[in-house]
Amino acid sequence: MSVTSNSGQEPIVARTPEEVERLGATWQSPKGFIGWFMPVNQRVIGRRFVLTAFVFFFLAGALGVLMRIQLMSPENDFLSPDLYNQFFTVHGTAMMFLFAIPVMEGIAIYVVPMMVGARDMAFPRLNAFGYYVYLIGGTVFFGSLLLGFAPSAGWFNYVPLAGKEYSPGLGVGIWTTMITFIEVSALTAAVEIIVTILKLRAPGMTLARMPLFVWAALVTAFMIVFAMPAVIASSSMLVLDRQVGTHFFTPETGGQPLLWQHLFWFFGHPEVYIILMPALGIISTIIPVFTQRPIFGYTALVLSLVATGFVGFGLWVHHMFTTGLPQLGMTFFMAASAMIAIPQGIQVFCWIASLWGGRVRFETPLLYVLGFFVIFVAGGITGVMVAVIPFDLQVHDTFFLVAHFHYVLIGGAVFPLIGGIYYWYPKMFGRMMDERLGKISFWLAFIGFNVTFFPMHQLGLEGMPRRIYTYLGELGWGDLNLLATLGSLVLAGGFLLSLFNAVWSLWRGEPAGDDPWGSPTLEWATPSPPPNYNHEYIPIVSGRYPLWERRGQASQPVVTGLRDDRREVLVTSVLDAEPQAVAVMPGPTIWPFISAVAASTGFLGILYHPSFFLVGFFGAAATFTMWFWPRRPWRDD
Amino acid sequence: MLLQGCSQVQSSLDPASRSAALIANLWWGMLIVGTAILVAVLLALFIALRRGRGPVERPLSARGSFLLVLAGGVATPMVVILAMIVVGVSMGREIGDRPDSGPIVEVIGRLWWWELRYLDENGDLIATTANEMHVPVGQPVRLRLISENVIHSFWVPQLQGKTDLIPGQVNESWIEAERAGVYRGQCSEYCGQQHALMSFLVVADPPEEFEQWLSRQAEPANDPQSSQEERGQQVFLEQGCVGCHAVRGLSAAGEIGPDLTHLASRRTLAAATIPNTKGHLGGWITDPQHVKPGNQMPSTVMEPGDLQALLAFLGSLE
Repeated sequence: MSVTSNSGQEPIVARTPEEVERLGATWQSPKGFIGWFMPVNQRVIGRRFVLTAFVFFFLAGALGVLMRIQLMSPENDFLSPDLYNQFFTVHGTAMMFLFAIPVMEGIAIYVVPMMVGARDMAFPRLNAFGYYVYLIGGTVFFGSLLLGFAPSAGWFNYVPLAGKEYSPGLGVGIWTTMITFIEVSALTAAVEIIVTILKLRAPGMTLARMPLFVWAALVTAFMIVFAMPAVIASSSMLVLDRQVGTHFFTPETGGQPLLWQHLFWFFGHPEVYIILMPALGIISTIIPVFTQRPIFGYTALVLSLVATGFVGFGLWVHHMFTTGLPQLGMTFFMAASAMIAIPQGIQVFCWIASLWGGRVRFETPLLYVLGFFVIFVAGGITGVMVAVIPFDLQVHDTFFLVAHFHYVLIGGAVFPLIGGIYYWYPKMFGRMMDERLGKISFWLAFIGFNVTFFPMHQLGLEGMPRRIYTYLGELGWGDLNLLATLGSLVLAGGFLLSLFNAVWSLWRGEPAGDDPWGSPTLEWATPSPPPNYNHEYIPIVSGRYPLWERRGQASQPVVTGLRDDRREVLVTSVLDAEPQAVAVMPGPTIWPFISAVAASTGFLGILYHPSFFLVGFFGAAATFTMWFWPRRPWRDD
Repeated sequence: MLLQGCSQVQSSLDPASRSAALIANLWWGMLIVGTAILVAVLLALFIALRRGRGPVERPLSARGSFLLVLAGGVATPMVVILAMIVVGVSMGREIGDRPDSGPIVEVIGRLWWWELRYLDENGDLIATTANEMHVPVGQPVRLRLISENVIHSFWVPQLQGKTDLIPGQVNESWIEAERAGVYRGQCSEYCGQQHALMSFLVVADPPEEFEQWLSRQAEPANDPQSSQEERGQQVFLEQGCVGCHAVRGLSAAGEIGPDLTHLASRRTLAAATIPNTKGHLGGWITDPQHVKPGNQMPSTVMEPGDLQALLAFLGSLE
């Protein structure tokens, strides 16, 4: 391996067509039915994560619309109370665990390696394992709804309501199991992303030159690593309480219901930033492209992400202001909750400064980002309001809260995400999404969103609690609820139009070319869609905007010497991305899938009988052994 | 209808106590500041986009950008947060300070209704009732919030913010109505199938009327006055109502459902879900699962004559 600087637009060290073909064959994923369970390439896994997450998004969204139809008039009997309670539990859980985390991970898995100039992620088989676990967990979870025994204790499953006495049956068991699946999947993805970002960056891409999306993915992954153990502990304790009778949370035998709330929210609040953070990265990616100027305040933006990551762990108690905790302690969390406004404020104004006076291209990705500004800032302001304890005592667990968190989650995460999909779609599929449909879908979603959720602020102030399947006519909440229901139909229409656009453009979209937007980051240096090996040569980076810096230059430095007959990647140092070694990546195999099935059998079987723990344990151990069977690459040398 | 169609009976924006009024004022203040900030941010965004419309770019200088971020992203939030913490802490102290005098009520969250136990200064029970709390105007009422099943939350938006009822611990709160009236409250922590219909009324009366009411509630039930009421009492005992409901003065001490000793004095039934009229009561007894699916009261099948007698008896429990 050597680092070569060549001159001329065509690299001097160009591969012969046979060599390129061999490189492609080395990184090729298997085909056929069995082959579907074998690929380990990061783009295949990333794409599956994104597509699966969107399937769950539309299913959970449909539940949201059905709930809105139930609430559109007082004392409506469209849904039974039991079904409504299942719907809001599944809606919340699926949106948080089956959509928001996986979709952001999926985008990161797809984009990050190409952005940092790598051929794959650090642990490709682990990546595949994470996906199958997620797929099985999500499918079982939605399956429980079809079979009528979905959980109905709410997405945060407060004990004792979620205990065996008040939630008998399989529902909560399915929930805890599914949570475990998603935890495993999220942790594998987080570890992948951290190691990939820190060790597989192209030479020259020092930490200070990393694209902001990569920074966001890195901070997100660290947050997952620190937040998930809390919910792993709490959901395991709940399983034990329900299946083995351990009494962690049962007050009559000395358990403590508040313990669940602490553990759950110690995970649950960082979770919100885990969802938000990649979206902030997407915004910082889109704005420079559509102004064709470097972003203002790179360092401030990075520090804001990191600060959010830290402060995000210090404010979980603001979900518990009504539980009777002492005032003094809660004041600390009130201050911490409000502090989060500073890094967010810095980011928003850095973006405004970046847009200032630029020749902005108002295309769909940017429109979604501008929609973010309106909705997210409004949601952030109501967020600071609910951090004030006396006010929270009135609006906690009301529709004001429902409005607030939909403003920050849909406005803060989903809008930039859809903007990101419009932005990266040409890279993924080689075709552009339709611009006119995109604009219409944006306006439908933007207007529909505000008509749905803005009135909920007023409803909450007028005393409407959340999670109620009906309300009496004399309370005067009917009109605003009807308005919100109509808005939800428009919002759904906007999202469905984007879905249609994505499907239609697969065949009818304009061919995209390598770099349709004029982007500065490395993923656009590959053909669209990229070949199996991403970059033909690992690029060498000398700035934050490599593709812009290359413009007009006659030469582009690349890494040569990686073999094309096995899956080799370049390992670089953490801080300065100095080349250190060549690593050989594992190839496709079916064992991660079989391991996922074995682990799932164990997890799900526990619901039937605790002894299934052994099945899962030994099954997973055996399949892991096959998975890690030594490859002996030196034999080929 | 139930409350003469007053749409504000559960609105935090129509406060009837000092605490609720403070919070409502806080809201209006925050609304003004929040709207101003939102408008300012969007205006900055609008100007930023607007200035790029000409043939040449007109970006901010690095210094200008720095000042913009400093002013908008650091200084403004800092000032707002500081003000917010000061107001929040001082107001929190005022609202949280529970007075040392006034009637004591134990509020017990049941599935899915509210048991209310009035205690005297020594902690002895004066009277038990359900779903309708009477309070004296202008006097604080101290609340002890108790649950033995799942978590509920006690909330009367016009009078006070919410406090949870958590099994294994006793939370304390207080309310004080400044004017007479009927205020509606509702459970605001999801507590299972009928969380939606777990409501109650707080009736604020002048202190003398409150005392009268309380001493009336402390008395045992009326004796039947007519033969029909007598027969109704018989039906009540024979149909198994006594298994769940207490009627003090009668050999009925069930503890699963609400105490019915003074049922006829209450305005509503089924945790403020339906008005307490003869028709609704009859419907509730015959088919409670229709009104409130999942609640613990079974349907009771009886002869029409028996039902009429039972209704007459229950109607006499004033």
